[in-house]
Amino acid sequence: MGTKTATKQARPAPPPAGRARTEVRPVRRGDLAAVIAIDARVTGIEKRAYWRGIYRRYADADAPGRQFLVAADGPVVLGFVIGEVRDWEFGSPPCGWVFAIDVHPEARQSGLGTMLLAAIARGFRRAGVTKVRTLLSRDNSLILSFFRSQGMMAGPFIPLEMDLD
Amino acid sequence: MKLQKNSRLALYSILEFAAASGRPVAAAEIAEKYGVAPHHLAKVLAELARAGIVESIRGVGGGYRFAGNARRLTLFDVICHFEDLSPTDAERREPGERTQAGRAIATVLSEIDEIAQATFKSITIATMLQLMERQGAGRTAARS
Repeated sequence: MGTKTATKQARPAPPPAGRARTEVRPVRRGDLAAVIAIDARVTGIEKRAYWRGIYRRYADADAPGRQFLVAADGPVVLGFVIGEVRDWEFGSPPCGWVFAIDVHPEARQSGLGTMLLAAIARGFRRAGVTKVRTLLSRDNSLILSFFRSQGMMAGPFIPLEMDLD
Repeated sequence: MKLQKNSRLALYSILEFAAASGRPVAAAEIAEKYGVAPHHLAKVLAELARAGIVESIRGVGGGYRFAGNARRLTLFDVICHFEDLSPTDAERREPGERTQAGRAIATVLSEIDEIAQATFKSITIATMLQLMERQGAGRTAARS
């Protein structure tokens, strides 16, 4: 994994204003450092090994249902979205799952999240599915509000868990 | 899930004001549309004005208008002024709450409350307006 090269190619700091040149495109190896930096900034935890694994699974793999997209303004990565089509998980017909979406805190409120979600939804439609789902903590009001604002409603599943003693 | 009458009135009013895009809406108009007594609605609007969510416009053509940020204000931010969302205190304990069965029931009810609150906290006024528009468009399409 060329992390050092990636650091040279992709800068995580967003430009101050203007999204006219922002495009959503498939992630490149050189974007990974910026993705890791955005995630670390938002979550407070840097997870290089995790993100290298995600890159291998979603970007390197030749799987049509898997998507790892970034919103970029030239060389500057401002956000990312990751998802894939899963067949018959939890008894559900094939549908698209969004596993992660994030926008650099200083680049928010400019429609990037909407652009990213719209782009991955287009990919899901091309893959032949008509439903998109996601799962997140009920404490995460900010991202819950974002998905709600995009038209998402509670799905037919209830997540359950228990402690393993 | 059932909301207190005042919560529903508050939400009806705010959605009407927010949809009016800054144009003052007369309280009487809201009272008539939703079939409520004007004096009852006035108390709700006074509470919303105290909270800074709506503002009263005096004079001819006056009424109330939305004073919040529709993309930030959530349903929870509104209903918290009218619903009792605090944990049960000693004075409001139900009979049997301290028994084994009472504690188990309280655990389930607490789970339901947490999910309900998360839902209210995640839906903004702007999202509600979008939902109303989608549902309105859906009904129109179904009729045609």
